[in-house]
Amino acid sequence: MSDNLIRYISKPHPVTGVTNAKLGIWCFLASEVMLFGGLFSAYVLLRTGAPLWPRGSEILNVPLATLNTIILITSSVTMVMAWASLAMKEFSKYKRYMGMTILLALAFLVVKAFEYGHKFEHHHFPSTNTFYAIYFTLTGLHGLHIVGGVVVNTYFLFPGSRMWEHDPEQFMGRIECAGLYWHFVDLVWIFLFPVLYLL
Amino acid sequence: MSDQHHSHGLPFWRKYIFSVDHKVIGIQYGISGLLFLLFGFCLMMLMRWQLAYPGQPLPVLGNLFSEKFMVGGIMLPEFYNQLGAMHGTIMVFLGVVPLAVGGFGNYFVPLQIGAPDMAFPKLNMMSFWVFFLGGVSMVASFFVPGGAAQSGWTSYPPLSDIATTGQTVWLIGMVFLITSSLLGSVNFIVTIVQLRADGLSFFRLPFFVWAQFVTSFLLLLAFPPLEAAGVLQLMDRVAGTSFFLPSGLVVAGKALTVSGGGNPLLWQHLFWFLAHPEVYVLILPAMGIVAEIVACNTRKPIYGYKSMVYSIVFLGFMSFIVWAHHMFLTGMGSKMSAFFQITTMIISIPSVIILTALALSLWGGSIRFTTPMLFATAFLPMFGIGGLTGLPLGLTASDIPLHDTYYVIGHFHYVVAPGTIFALFAGIYHWYPKVTGRKMSEILGKIHFFFSLIFINGVFMPMFIMGLAGVSRRLYDPMQYAHAQPTQPLNVFISICAWSLGLAQIPFILNFFGSLIWGKKVDRNPWESTTLEWAAPSPPPHGNFDTVPQVYRGPYEYSVPGQKHDFWPQDMAKEN
Repeated sequence: MSDNLIRYISKPHPVTGVTNAKLGIWCFLASEVMLFGGLFSAYVLLRTGAPLWPRGSEILNVPLATLNTIILITSSVTMVMAWASLAMKEFSKYKRYMGMTILLALAFLVVKAFEYGHKFEHHHFPSTNTFYAIYFTLTGLHGLHIVGGVVVNTYFLFPGSRMWEHDPEQFMGRIECAGLYWHFVDLVWIFLFPVLYLL
Repeated sequence: MSDQHHSHGLPFWRKYIFSVDHKVIGIQYGISGLLFLLFGFCLMMLMRWQLAYPGQPLPVLGNLFSEKFMVGGIMLPEFYNQLGAMHGTIMVFLGVVPLAVGGFGNYFVPLQIGAPDMAFPKLNMMSFWVFFLGGVSMVASFFVPGGAAQSGWTSYPPLSDIATTGQTVWLIGMVFLITSSLLGSVNFIVTIVQLRADGLSFFRLPFFVWAQFVTSFLLLLAFPPLEAAGVLQLMDRVAGTSFFLPSGLVVAGKALTVSGGGNPLLWQHLFWFLAHPEVYVLILPAMGIVAEIVACNTRKPIYGYKSMVYSIVFLGFMSFIVWAHHMFLTGMGSKMSAFFQITTMIISIPSVIILTALALSLWGGSIRFTTPMLFATAFLPMFGIGGLTGLPLGLTASDIPLHDTYYVIGHFHYVVAPGTIFALFAGIYHWYPKVTGRKMSEILGKIHFFFSLIFINGVFMPMFIMGLAGVSRRLYDPMQYAHAQPTQPLNVFISICAWSLGLAQIPFILNFFGSLIWGKKVDRNPWESTTLEWAAPSPPPHGNFDTVPQVYRGPYEYSVPGQKHDFWPQDMAKEN
């Protein structure tokens, strides 16, 4: 048995300046950019190829989407505050901010569910036309990413937060990575909102 | 940190099944990859019966299949299409990639960089089991109503959109496989960037590690667009959208009741944006393996190591902007075609540099013709044939008559079968002593090599002739068209060679398992090699090395003047 252990789990690599997890999450986000990039390109190709394309603002609910945009941006702020609280060693504040982040994410999903329900009531389904198809696909996939974020953040709020007691440095790293992911999900919405609802 | 060293006293299922050790995961990937290669090859051997003797009942085996697949031993056209689609899918996504990246990469990248394990061991385990789920769904898709996917491994819509349930299972399987590759590639990149031993700078990395590094970037960035395309096709099939269905489509005499407005070409763009880099995912690890084996068996440094590294990085980058050379026939316009012709010609340059450097490495070496070296040397001309026959396909004028003919099949199989798979065999013979502590039999290895070399050329060389005669690649009945009938004797010849190639794998299978028991026991460094994996015990224990390795020099310090021995390991502080 050697003393050759996996290095840079909680301390950053002296040359790259990041921990393993942080480099990993950046790689993961790069692939996510490609995933949504592929879907956005599909949107552009479908739209440029279509003889008629509805204006999003006429058939989608812009006020609700604006509300959702505000909710998500706020949740990004609370996520940063959660991390900053850890940096200031204030664990109870961390729990409060993390809880708020999760609640805001759930609020986003509730609003989204209302929007979807309203569309279904008017018999607007993905199969109705290509606009609704890409609308439901893009927002649905984004919604799944929100759900993923909620699951991860809930883990870090309850069982995962025990790590704070024995390895605060690594725990902070984990929250930072969860935050990076959360900001990315937020950023995707910042693109989705104008592309689908306004243009 | 605390859960890193718990290999002793773990229950059996944690140590060998749900293991987080990169070596166990590497072996799991390797064995699954080999089994899938065999399975995919069996599918092809079945197809070869129909191609050699169309409409004749398959003796003996034919009765084992249900009415869904064969009637009275005669293969149904639907089953032929399923076999074709699944052969491609299984060979590429479940055979070669898991063996080359998941197997060799997982096992040897941490060893060659002096790391105790991958950066994220649990993620590594997860990536294997997600891959496993993908594999299970792919195989299970044969048993859903209507059978497996039958739209080719490329799954072009609109046919794939209206195909039977098997296509949905295929898409779900692909989502699993893509997720697995994604997790794996993140792990490789982080491991190579963060966990190299002290003194192991990037330009001291073995070429194999470079190959895996570039491959990981391709997997990381090229797979997501296919996932996007997969999601869109899944929506088309499950939610009734029309992403890939144009308006006014008529199927079997009836207008299709969909909203329309979609674009089938969109799938082709998204698919080939993945699938062209995927070709390099198949070939780069193979080049890496060959470089290791050539350096070790010629007893001299690789010729032009740095230009090979620059080439492979450039190759990886360029592979993202050549995809539409698969689509010259779609009428996407001559400006697009011109662009992709130029990039395609440019990408051949780094491939030629790597191949030339490897060939020049042989010059003046005192070559040891061991079994791995035989496979590695055969790789060079075989990959060369595959590469050169690709050039006419990269130019629109010559691609138009050759597109979708057997010429294309011959071309890419030369790259992947006697190219990549030979390199993988070379890797197995070369690293088997490290994994098991025993050498494989040289005699059986040489029988395996020479028969495989002869028969594999017998399979693929005639395909160029058939392709030039204009025979389409996806014909169920090769006698259907008059222009194809004169080439039918070649089909019989190819089939006999393919079945013989199957028989030629028996010595390998015997050798692979027999050497576990009867193989000659070896110590750490049986090939007298220089790279770090040979500094670890054979097989390496959990944690890999006795002491934390320190690297002092480049990877291929063979026959250094003034040294007593002709190899100077990377981790040896003093003179050797």
